[in-house]
Amino acid sequence: MTATKAPTEPPSQQRVVRRPGDRVFAGAARGSGIFILLVLAGVAAFLISEALPALTASSEEIPGGEGLGSYVWPLIVGTLLGAVIALVVATPLAVGIALYITYYAPRRIAAAMGYVIDLLAAIPSVVYGFWGLAVLAPKLVPFHQWTADNLSWIPLFAGPASASGRTMLTVGLVLAVMILPIISAIAREVFSQAPALHREAALALGATRWEMIKMAVLPYGKSGVIAGAMLGLGRALGETMAVAIILSGGGAATINLITSSNPSTIASNIALRFPEATGLGVNTLIASGLVLFVITLAVNMLARWVVNRRADFSGAN
Amino acid sequence: MSTDTQSAPQLSAPQPGPVRVERRLPRFAPLGLFVLGIVLGAALSAATGFSVTSTVVYGVVLGTLLVYVGTRAVEGRRKATDRLVTCLVTTAFGIAMIPLISLVYTVLDKGLARFDGDFFGMSMFRIVGEGGGAYHAILGTLIITLVATIISVPIGLFTAIYLVEYGTGRLKKAITFFVDVMTGIPSIVAGLFAFALFTLLFGNDFRAGIMGAVALSVLMIPVVVRSCEEVLKLVPNELREASYALGVPKWRTVVKVVLPTAIAGLGTGITLSVARVVGETAPLLITVGLITGTNLNPFDGRMATLPVFAFYQLTQPGTATQAFLDRAWTAALVLIIFVMALNILARLISRFFAPKTGR
Amino acid sequence: MKLRNGTRTLALSTALAATLALAACGADNESDSGSGGGGGGGGGETQELSGALAGAGASSQQAAMEAWQAGFQGEYPDVQFSYDPAGSGAGREQFIAGTTAFAGSDAALDEEELAQAQERCGGGEVFELPNYISPIAVMYNLEGVDELNLSPATIAGIFSGAITTWNDPAIAADNPDATLPGTAITPVHRGDDSGTTDNFTDYLFQAAPDVWTSEPDGEWPLEGGEAANGTSGVVEVVTSTDGAITYADASRAGELGVANIAVGGEFVAPTPEAAAAVVENSPALEGRGEYDFAIELNRLTESAEEYPIVLVSYHIGCIQYDDQEAADNVKAFMEYVISEDGQAAAAENAGNAEISDTLREQAQTAVDAITAG
Repeated sequence: MTATKAPTEPPSQQRVVRRPGDRVFAGAARGSGIFILLVLAGVAAFLISEALPALTASSEEIPGGEGLGSYVWPLIVGTLLGAVIALVVATPLAVGIALYITYYAPRRIAAAMGYVIDLLAAIPSVVYGFWGLAVLAPKLVPFHQWTADNLSWIPLFAGPASASGRTMLTVGLVLAVMILPIISAIAREVFSQAPALHREAALALGATRWEMIKMAVLPYGKSGVIAGAMLGLGRALGETMAVAIILSGGGAATINLITSSNPSTIASNIALRFPEATGLGVNTLIASGLVLFVITLAVNMLARWVVNRRADFSGAN
Repeated sequence: MSTDTQSAPQLSAPQPGPVRVERRLPRFAPLGLFVLGIVLGAALSAATGFSVTSTVVYGVVLGTLLVYVGTRAVEGRRKATDRLVTCLVTTAFGIAMIPLISLVYTVLDKGLARFDGDFFGMSMFRIVGEGGGAYHAILGTLIITLVATIISVPIGLFTAIYLVEYGTGRLKKAITFFVDVMTGIPSIVAGLFAFALFTLLFGNDFRAGIMGAVALSVLMIPVVVRSCEEVLKLVPNELREASYALGVPKWRTVVKVVLPTAIAGLGTGITLSVARVVGETAPLLITVGLITGTNLNPFDGRMATLPVFAFYQLTQPGTATQAFLDRAWTAALVLIIFVMALNILARLISRFFAPKTGR
Repeated sequence: MKLRNGTRTLALSTALAATLALAACGADNESDSGSGGGGGGGGGETQELSGALAGAGASSQQAAMEAWQAGFQGEYPDVQFSYDPAGSGAGREQFIAGTTAFAGSDAALDEEELAQAQERCGGGEVFELPNYISPIAVMYNLEGVDELNLSPATIAGIFSGAITTWNDPAIAADNPDATLPGTAITPVHRGDDSGTTDNFTDYLFQAAPDVWTSEPDGEWPLEGGEAANGTSGVVEVVTSTDGAITYADASRAGELGVANIAVGGEFVAPTPEAAAAVVENSPALEGRGEYDFAIELNRLTESAEEYPIVLVSYHIGCIQYDDQEAADNVKAFMEYVISEDGQAAAAENAGNAEISDTLREQAQTAVDAITAG
């Protein structure tokens, strides 16, 4: 329909003419975007209206009896701690994996290795939880003991070491494994899209493989890696079941990673308390959900700022 | 040739001459050095009380060091750095394999016990203790995930297209930003939102699979948008410009040129987003609940889903505990197989539909 | 291009066909239920009930509920039964909101909820039946110690962190004949909000007031310590940690050691009979309706026939429902739950204690009174 119409228009007027197909398509695209904003506004309105009673209640009525601030504070610390460990461990590993698959692995098996890493994303978080509880935590007990014996001068490893290994450190590592496929999948995609001309030019100038990657691939893929890391961070911040199952939580705010008294995380605290919560307890939990929302917001603003400081290498801008 | 170059460094090593000599290690030397490092690591581990973990740790560290030092001495700093990075990157891949193998082994080990016909042919309807299966939960998960995908993919993909192809100014910035915010919605909050929405619209006792699908969509849409956006951005502008130059309308350019070029990445992104939600427990428990029989209608009544089924089999077993645990792990195994199948499907799609490019 | 579209259609239709094939064959065990010939009940007399019966609440009842559902649907195959193990609080809330016909709850309704529930029941009476009774055992994992006796003060000391090793004089005093190792004690508590924790801390608060000073709560009241999620979580942690001790449903002890608790000078094991006995002999909550059998558990019992650390989970519903179908379904279900068959089926699947005849008789009066109007 549009195809028959197009030739009749003089090419010089192309900017002015809007084809019906174009209008519908652009409208659908814009509409979807606005729809997402509406959904988010709905979620936010729901969160705020449900959290309001807890925000306005007197501090004695909040579970714990010391006000919303002291209820949420350890949870914030726990949430950030777990997510930061996960990000610090997972991002370099994910970049390494993505580079290995795109530029180092033998061509024939590279695709297969991609599937294998994607498999990690396929594992439901409940399974991660039980694996962490039954397999990883007991395996890490000697490591906890060792850090408590040798590294206790670092506040992060002050000890005393947990006897079961169900610590913030273990949780951080499990979260790292969970977000690894997210970051590496996106990193892989952008690395493999690095312009062949740039890569070939670097190699032709005598660069080693690493120098080629450093000069042609990494700058190109940087924004993608950061985007992937942010997606991973979002998952790590909001991860519920795995943390709830593994972490021995409920303690005060501390950055000591290896004891059995850890601050819980916001999401896992909601999951653990929500089923039996009543009245203001529910509002308090939803208020903590609102805090998580705000944290994600802050983290994303930071990430955006980091990405935007560098000129985009995108082909579409 | 290798013997010549072997002798050359000994002559020129103390004082590099004015003429650069191409000095190279023999082809298998790096590998040999690495293996030597592993052997040394094993010896060191044996000296301090043998264990597999310490052997691997010491071995990889020593191997990497040996390769670096060896290459540096013979081939110079640049080559040495290159080899070092090769070692590190390969090690990173190896490290990622450890949890994967451990997880897959655990799930296979515990899940194969009930991986039988009954598990796929029977529901838990009137089953007490041993036996029974997850027929109802498998279909429930398939239906709810399918509905969630049908909701999320068009919205997510169109939004990504808007952001990359059409978006300008404030609206684009707002959408980009709030999509990022949406990735941080805790899954249980998404469930509560869907629950509140549907009870508002259809009354208190309304329960249906669609509620779960909406909750999952809230979690899934931002992942779809984010990964699709990233992939669409990578489509070279030259392709678009060439298409416009031929007089192709913009929407046809997007459909016929941009999307096919990016389809491999889009497939991966969508698969990842499905994988993200397929194992969600909390939102589904609040919205679709758990039943023992089969319900195939996503618009009426509670449904069983695999994650919720697995979670309750694991956490609330009866006296025949082993039967419950076996069912739970088998359910987890089925979930993984389900996502793997999706993954392979996505790869096949990209293989069939992606245009042949230079890479 | 044509070929490609063909391939896509093929792939899609194959996937669709596979799904349909799976859907079409139906679950093997459900195929005959519609005809009424399922015949699990033995008698085979299937009665004329239909419609839906939805409940929600305590996840502690989940395993028992599976057994009840199986038995109930054997008799009434046309009733669409569902139970969401969403938690006691959610269960009570959904019942009050009218979402469900009945609730399962680890705690009785409080004053405010009772008033709301009566309103939901059209101003009529509310029934609360203690139909699920489960003894909470103190379980431990200590190599070489197969039998352990503990007094309330010792348990409180262990869980509050005052007693830190297994050869502590307090434990030795309770167990004069045992050889106790010097292993460190790792007390493990529930990390989630649970009725089990509520009952356990209530027991410690009442039986060992000098040592345990925290108010009873569904959330573990002390800060720190080893926490695990759910019954499965605490059992898993104790099983894998030498020197660990926890509290959980007695039926889940498995290979763990189970401590005997000091009651009136003797040490009592958490048997189903002893648990049912304490519920039977506990006083009813005051100021409640005629069919409201909520009780105040007698934690300080002196009888060696009774075991005081017990979780009681109620079924909460209306005496009068708006429509006939709901009333008939709830009545038939409760009838089955309190029957000997029903209790035996639950005990077999969930390992809980069967209610005593006295409790059954009193519950029967409530069930008989359920009507529509």
